[in-house]
Amino acid sequence: MKAFTLDHARSAEEALASLGQGHTAIAGGTNLVDLMKLQVAAPDRLVSLRRTGLDAIVPEGDGLRIGALVTNADCAADMRVRQDWPLLSQAILAGASPQLRNRATTGGNLCQRTRCGYFYDTTQACNKREAGTGCAARKGFNRIHAVLGTSDACIATYPGDMAVALLALDAVVLTEGPFGPRQIPLAMFHREPGDDPTRDNVLHPGEMITAVKLPAPTGGRQVYRKVRDRASYAFALVSVAVDLSMEDGRIARCAVAFGSLGTVPWRDPKVEAVLTGEAPSPALFAEAADVLLRDARGFGANDFKIPLAARALAATLAQATKG
Amino acid sequence: MHLPLSDMYNKPDERNLLDHMHQGVIGKPLDRPEGPLKVSGSATYSAEWRIDGCVDGVLVLASIAQGKATAVHQDEVLARDGVLAVIVDPAMPRRSAQGMATKAPKQDVANVEYFGQPVALVVAERFEQARDAALALRVDYADAADPAPLDPHAAGVKVEPAPDSKPTEGGDLDQAMRDAAYTLDVEYETPGHASAAMEPHATIAQWQGDSLILHASYQMLAYNVKEIAGCLGLSTDKVRIIAPYVGGGFGSKLGITHEAVSAALAARELGRPVRVVMTRQHVFQTVMRRSETLQRVRLAADAAGRLIGLGHEALVSNLPGEQFAEPVTQATEFLYGGENRLLKVEVARICRLTAGSVRAPGEAVGMQVLEAAMDELAEKIGIDPVELRKRNLPAKVPVKGTPYSSRMLVEALEQGAQAFGWAARKNRPCQTREGDWWVGMGMASAARVNMMVPAKARVTLKADGTALVETDQTDIGTGTYAILGQIAGEMLGLPIDRVMVKLGDTALPPGAGSGGSFGAISTGSAVMHACEAIREKLARKLDCKAEDLAIQDGVARSPEGHGRPLTDLLAGEDLAETGSVKPGKTAKDFSQASYGAFFAEVAVHAFTGEVRVRRMTGAFGFGRVLNAKTARSQCLGGMVWGIGSALTEELVFDTRDGHLVTHDLAEYHVPVHADVPAIEVILLEERDAAASPLQAKGVGELGICGAAGAIANAVYNACGVRVRSFPLTLDKIIADLPDPFASAA
Amino acid sequence: MATTLLTAQVNGTPQALPQDPRRTLLDWLRDDLGLTGTKKGCDHGQCGACTVLVEGRRINACLSLAALHEGDAIETIEGIGTPDALAPLQRAFVAHDGFQCGYCTPGQICSAKALMAELAEGWPSAASVDVSARPMPTPDELRERMSGNLCRCGAYSNIIAALEEVIAAENPA
Repeated sequence: MKAFTLDHARSAEEALASLGQGHTAIAGGTNLVDLMKLQVAAPDRLVSLRRTGLDAIVPEGDGLRIGALVTNADCAADMRVRQDWPLLSQAILAGASPQLRNRATTGGNLCQRTRCGYFYDTTQACNKREAGTGCAARKGFNRIHAVLGTSDACIATYPGDMAVALLALDAVVLTEGPFGPRQIPLAMFHREPGDDPTRDNVLHPGEMITAVKLPAPTGGRQVYRKVRDRASYAFALVSVAVDLSMEDGRIARCAVAFGSLGTVPWRDPKVEAVLTGEAPSPALFAEAADVLLRDARGFGANDFKIPLAARALAATLAQATKG
Repeated sequence: MHLPLSDMYNKPDERNLLDHMHQGVIGKPLDRPEGPLKVSGSATYSAEWRIDGCVDGVLVLASIAQGKATAVHQDEVLARDGVLAVIVDPAMPRRSAQGMATKAPKQDVANVEYFGQPVALVVAERFEQARDAALALRVDYADAADPAPLDPHAAGVKVEPAPDSKPTEGGDLDQAMRDAAYTLDVEYETPGHASAAMEPHATIAQWQGDSLILHASYQMLAYNVKEIAGCLGLSTDKVRIIAPYVGGGFGSKLGITHEAVSAALAARELGRPVRVVMTRQHVFQTVMRRSETLQRVRLAADAAGRLIGLGHEALVSNLPGEQFAEPVTQATEFLYGGENRLLKVEVARICRLTAGSVRAPGEAVGMQVLEAAMDELAEKIGIDPVELRKRNLPAKVPVKGTPYSSRMLVEALEQGAQAFGWAARKNRPCQTREGDWWVGMGMASAARVNMMVPAKARVTLKADGTALVETDQTDIGTGTYAILGQIAGEMLGLPIDRVMVKLGDTALPPGAGSGGSFGAISTGSAVMHACEAIREKLARKLDCKAEDLAIQDGVARSPEGHGRPLTDLLAGEDLAETGSVKPGKTAKDFSQASYGAFFAEVAVHAFTGEVRVRRMTGAFGFGRVLNAKTARSQCLGGMVWGIGSALTEELVFDTRDGHLVTHDLAEYHVPVHADVPAIEVILLEERDAAASPLQAKGVGELGICGAAGAIANAVYNACGVRVRSFPLTLDKIIADLPDPFASAA
Repeated sequence: MATTLLTAQVNGTPQALPQDPRRTLLDWLRDDLGLTGTKKGCDHGQCGACTVLVEGRRINACLSLAALHEGDAIETIEGIGTPDALAPLQRAFVAHDGFQCGYCTPGQICSAKALMAELAEGWPSAASVDVSARPMPTPDELRERMSGNLCRCGAYSNIIAALEEVIAAENPA
């Protein structure tokens, strides 16, 4: 780790002032400290958000406002989340380990970097880590990489689970920054790599997440399915978040989001359009998968994600529409 | 009957001494005596010794695969806060030593032979300073002009017969394959594996004059002394290694590794103690890998399912000049019949991290493939897989004709099958569906060669009636503390809380070391011999023969019946004896192995192809059980390794530049709690006098040897997909899964 | 400006936090305080050997900076029990052989202790069929909840047996 100074912000305002001066925020540190030990990240000034008071979960209208400093564990264990937005609790619990969830925060989790092995390895070329150096993953070991939303510059996935559920739940990210407060729908928070993979999300320099807002509960059947190489403590190969409501044997409404499939948490309205109003059946699920994956492209070691995504979608929809 | 005149084990000792003692501690499932230390964090592992003035070093790894480190820009980092030294020394090894090497491995780190090879050590006052400086250290490299291949399957790669071994040939396998009623000719592949012990390699080196003391984490200390003495040009009496607790080894700590030598060099240069702890990434990249294998199995059986031909050929890999080649066909030599045979191992010479011993070298990967192939054959013939094994157990080792010392394979197959409920297995795949899961059962034989190696141990019966066992033998989780205490307690008639065991210090008599499942039986035999000598002396004091001496709870009794407390007999004097054992003719006169059988039930997700092991049963016969609790744990641990080998573990090397992509515990997937179901272990008692004076055989690795095959066979039985490439990750399964919306086929 | 000594409580004793903000909670405990019971297995939050309790919650000490813990109450394995005064969890681990080499063991025990508190508070897990229901300490639940602690020796099933025994003793039917 390169040497750095560590300040402690005692309020959101102090934090913003520090961020405005170019400090890097640290909350739980479970991603940042990991990267700093390898010098993948090397900030020289940190500001701790620990005491900024952004760690409350409060109702807001019919929705719920989750402070940026709320830990993943506290969020997943909150009875309101468990009852009214169970998809979020399921997704968080599928991620990492209890130890990591006790430190990882809502804000930090949204900002977590990719797990691409070439991003993580400073001996390897990586456009996300260092612009213009190339992408060693394209022709390398790309088993965990994206098949949607890729560009010539980068094929890395956003690896988190929580964001996938938030995407399906139409969450909004609340921020404060040099240009004032923003409300960013989660669907617009993460960035596909395009020409500039160095920026994973749309946060401006000096801007920080203050909370995530969930809208009113849908009351739908919610299932989070995480497919991975071992039974726990592993990132997703593909994950599927489904929130749907049935009426008269048909899917009245649905939200379907995917993790580790695209370079960002993935939600495609065309997929939902295929499903809405229809009676569930294997043929319908396959049609939805075809639409989802129409532009999917594998890079060798991750070709399997395409059939896997179709199968995982079918399994999750079958589960959510049962009975 | 008198004590063996020689310590060479030339004739089976049929006295079964331990069965004729009176204390009743041998074999019992006693708690590990060091348990309270381990569960309270009070056991001191190598990085944890508080040594005044100690500073920290961090290794620097090469970022090219082959060539030379032409310049190391030391001055740039020496200027940094706290940085004390940059060690670049031709004495630093560029490869780890192989197990039982007894001499220095290849040195001169300026020559780079694999991506990630250590080239320097940076030492600083504090760890963060050393790590930071190590990452910043600039090293110039010149790529090799004519680089050797990085990939064992590259065109033009040099392939040689495995050193130190000859193919086994018998009869005419090709003819048998033409003539046989049933044949199978299949290729399987297994990936590279890592030991991944939970404690990273760590050494604290300190000099006292011209003597070197290492607190280190190694498995075979007496050998490690020779290896590091060789690296440094020291005589072995100037080196002492202390390792009372080793946080797992699994082969990776058999031979001396980079951090020990570089710590010693740094400590000598700086005149102060130096600690070098490998990062987890360093452990993966610099220590050792189990070679990947490509295996061809040919089976030829007659109409009754008896093998008339058996071919097992393997291609493994290693650096040029390494003698070690994964002995893939080791158990195939003796396990099944088939006089027409070809067993052979070849080595592709590539520039990749040293390949060496990872737990159960040979059988770990050879058995899982052989047992999968046998399962395929059973299906072809249309007989039960257990029955196929039973029909193919030869009376003597094929071709060589050696008799077996003992073999409880049939008992293991039958008792294991019974306990597991094997009779409920459907003999066609895709017959059992539970919700979204296809469920199936599979089995495999277990076999692992048994060997004894030279070992010494000193036992002192103290005047106060307690006993002390001393040897440099290590306990790497194997239960040595418990077992050696139980052997001494049984032989000397002492309650277990009056027996102390001191391990892991080369100032003590050299034990066998922990490896090859030979530690307990070798060093344990030395303990037994020492106790025999003590019993001789005690018998003389009671004027009787040693075999008539009965000691229990510290009271000695002769046939006359007078009970004398040992403290009386000893009359204020300690009785110390050093026992010694060496392998002898029994090793050649008999084929010695531990045996067993695995049964696994798995569920395969009908949509995603995820595989979960639902339950496993293992039955094992390995001679006398020295401690039922620790033996069971060894078997459990081995079967967990089998789960990892079957389903998740894989070292991936990027063949463009040779670097190891999966170089941490997030990417190299060892099984987690949730991967491991209820596992039943059945221990079968037997006595194998040829194997050791204890009548015991090794058990430390047996639980791996074939387990992954049982799981692969269960996967096939569940969903009808036969994957011939380990690990059985879902991407290899989903292509051929039946329609997920179908129920039983 | 006067420098105030920032402290955290470790096993009930106030300890001065380190000056270098790079020092992780793990290295501070092991090297500065000499509490070597907490282990370094990977230093990157991938194995759980460094699990300690902060305000009763289990975390990976390797990924936390010591300087971020001002005012926290930290409990390590040394605080849970000593060889002469083992806690019930520790005794159960010995009896059930819930360890072999012992290196992951302090982390497993700290994790298990926190797990019991989480269960008592009704926290769900990925093994819970219904996240809004009160979880039960089934083997599947316990395995999932312990999955942040690797054990290469494979003592997993014995660890679960030890944990089941202690949970049953604390919650007599």
